Amino acid sequence: MIAETGHFAVILALVVALLQASLPLAGTALRIPAWSALAVPAAVLQFALILLAFGCLMVLYITSDFSVMNVWQNSHSAKPLLYKISGVWGNHEGSLLLWVLILALFGMAVALFGSNLPPSLRTRVLSVQAMIGVGFLGLLVFLSNPFNRIFPAPVDGNGLNPLLQDPGLAFHPPFLYLGYVGFSIAFSFAIAALIEGKVDAAWARWVRPWTLAAWTFLTIGIALGSWWAYYELGWGGWWFWDPVENASFMPWLAGTALLHSAIVVEKRDALKTWTVLLAILTFSLSLLGTFIVRSGLLNSVHAFASDPGRGVFILAFLILVIGGSLALYAVRAPALRAGGLFAPISREGALVFNNLILITALATVFLGTMYPLFLDAITGAKVTVGPPYFNATFAPLMTPLVAVMAFGPLLAWKRADLMGALHRLKFAAAATVVALLGALYFTWGGPVLAVLGFGLGVWVVMGSLVEVVERTRLFRASARDSLNRAIHMPRSVWGSALAHAGVGVFILGAAGALGWESEKLQVMKPGDQVELAGYTFIFDGARPARGPNYDATEGTFRVYRNGELLTVMQAQTRRFANPPMETTEAAIHPTRMGDLFAVVGTPAGDGAYQTRLYRKPLINLLWTGALLMAFGGLVSLSDRRHRVGAPSRRRVEAAGTAAQRA
Amino acid sequence: MKLKFVLPIALFVVLAIALGVGLTLNPRDIPSALIGKPAPEFNLPPVQGRTAGLATADLKQGEMVLVNVFASWCVPCREEHPLLMDLARARTVKIYGLNQRDRPEDAERWLAAFGDPYLKTGADLDGRTSIEWGVYGVPETFLVDGKGCILFKHISVLTRQVLERDFLPIMRGERAPPKTNC
Repeated sequence: MIAETGHFAVILALVVALLQASLPLAGTALRIPAWSALAVPAAVLQFALILLAFGCLMVLYITSDFSVMNVWQNSHSAKPLLYKISGVWGNHEGSLLLWVLILALFGMAVALFGSNLPPSLRTRVLSVQAMIGVGFLGLLVFLSNPFNRIFPAPVDGNGLNPLLQDPGLAFHPPFLYLGYVGFSIAFSFAIAALIEGKVDAAWARWVRPWTLAAWTFLTIGIALGSWWAYYELGWGGWWFWDPVENASFMPWLAGTALLHSAIVVEKRDALKTWTVLLAILTFSLSLLGTFIVRSGLLNSVHAFASDPGRGVFILAFLILVIGGSLALYAVRAPALRAGGLFAPISREGALVFNNLILITALATVFLGTMYPLFLDAITGAKVTVGPPYFNATFAPLMTPLVAVMAFGPLLAWKRADLMGALHRLKFAAAATVVALLGALYFTWGGPVLAVLGFGLGVWVVMGSLVEVVERTRLFRASARDSLNRAIHMPRSVWGSALAHAGVGVFILGAAGALGWESEKLQVMKPGDQVELAGYTFIFDGARPARGPNYDATEGTFRVYRNGELLTVMQAQTRRFANPPMETTEAAIHPTRMGDLFAVVGTPAGDGAYQTRLYRKPLINLLWTGALLMAFGGLVSLSDRRHRVGAPSRRRVEAAGTAAQRA
Repeated sequence: MKLKFVLPIALFVVLAIALGVGLTLNPRDIPSALIGKPAPEFNLPPVQGRTAGLATADLKQGEMVLVNVFASWCVPCREEHPLLMDLARARTVKIYGLNQRDRPEDAERWLAAFGDPYLKTGADLDGRTSIEWGVYGVPETFLVDGKGCILFKHISVLTRQVLERDFLPIMRGERAPPKTNC
């Protein structure tokens, strides 16, 4: 019954989405208020139905009901509860259901919290949102039903891909989807604006918090994925430029650009058509990402097996959504009134520079990801574009952007004083020079690029702090006054400073991890010792160990530093029976200046094992930086400007205080 | 209508066409960069419990051979195993086994349980030789001419259909093999 209830809820949700996509939109055009009024209750109902379906699937997974095909294919009764739950979205059908659940969640959020939107805009946004829902619900109902039964019911399931049985990966897809799907709101707003023919500062003010929220989630999602790859794949890598990683990174780049260009629309009433295009582009890339992963178009660890029917459906949907919105853009965008011109040295000039670089970087990642497909489609030749291409193009492109990032927030709107900004950055520049010299001294003979990267990171962190220091008059006013100023500084200023500093911290981590890593690969017998970057690793041999649904070989290393025992590290190789597969669990010992990383590989006879030992300086800063970016997003999101009716309330408060004083 | 507003959709049309064509392609058709080239130099010890190891020299004995990459942890390998046994029994072709990243005792037990179709085996414990051979995933099967050049490569399970379509015509001389530089 549970499976049938879930199935029925999905079908009902599709019907509701069809209604929500058509009637309210027609209602705003034909001026039939009763039809328009349907949008809000429909959005709430749609979410409730999909939540019910999702709950049903989760119950089926938790109770291991193997009469349901999807559960049988992807679960196993011996699996820990956490992975029974995460197994719900660890497969094609379930992840689609999660996708529409989040889509409906965002739709409902607009319906409930959008009461300060102009009614026609809200109605149109909800209708567009439902159109996207129709596509995905249709895919669920017709081609990817998670509730299909099998008869007779098998005794036990096939198990979840062991690589996915990991806490990091359990929460990676939901965050990623919150990001992907969150951009659908910006998209719906863009389409609604094109239909209405109006983009103004108010529109940008509504779009920004949604974009910011989606961006924050996506940042966390990507960071989780990268962290997982680091400790689970056993090679110490954290970004592989794999097509599926790129598929999540491209919307992030576009979303970052959108975040910044929307500021220009809000403050200067310019860049309107560009911002609308970016909103369409960002969500289109999210859809494309889903398409790439779900269609099996590009081979990857992430791709779950799928049939071509689904690929055709998703492609048709993609053409409808992206092609349709771009066609609408071609017709309607020229009607949007263009804003004024502006000087190159100004806040808006800096934001345009930011957009140009981000989009160029996006284009290079896009080309690198899609080139193999294009070439195959045209000539039939197969090639792989590997990390060398991306490293050679992406980093040099982003460097100037990062270098001027410290300037941006210091520049005034309209016409800024470059010399003034330079002057204010003198302490940041001095700190950078000191850091460069220090890094050069300590790593003499090492890679120069790492030193430069390190300097760049310090520059960005210090540059981001400059604005905070300036605004709080730190070191100039009394501590009390500074604190007071810090508390009353707009949260959006804090947010951008934190996020920018996060980029700097991330770069420090990348420079350390890429440039100053030491690694040693060897066969070690019990008792063997290896010296690595000042640490002594002694291998104590490996023993069998057992987990809930796997057998493992657990190797033990004692690590000494200056003759003293620092830590004991235990690395595992796990063998799962359902499905049969091996995973590595690296042993990671975090130190203040980075990680020690040890992997036990295949046995080499006589109790000896292949071992891989790494020291990765500063690598913890990679994820700290990413989290700082996300935290900056959250802080900025809490700015009262973004909250419902905040400006008016403030005015009332101010009036109240004025009255009291009088 | 101004060009700059039409450009995005024009670019998207190109992309959509490429995606559409891409869907009709099989991502498993990945030819090896090594086809027509000499097999990489290697010299591996045999799988535990066996005496004959595998080295480059074994591929230069003047007759065409199959090199099959297998592992005990690889489930699809079980699917193709009976076909390999048939080929070995019928003496259709010499089959050499490249055992990738396997535990020695597992590999031994596996061959004991399912039968050993391989004339010689190489235990590629660290997977290095497989990497040099450009192995994407297990199982893979290579056709090597008598001079040590790779003539054909099949990724994933070897079926009778694949054998008759891709391997046998070259082995019987009915289809011209790719140009080699051996």
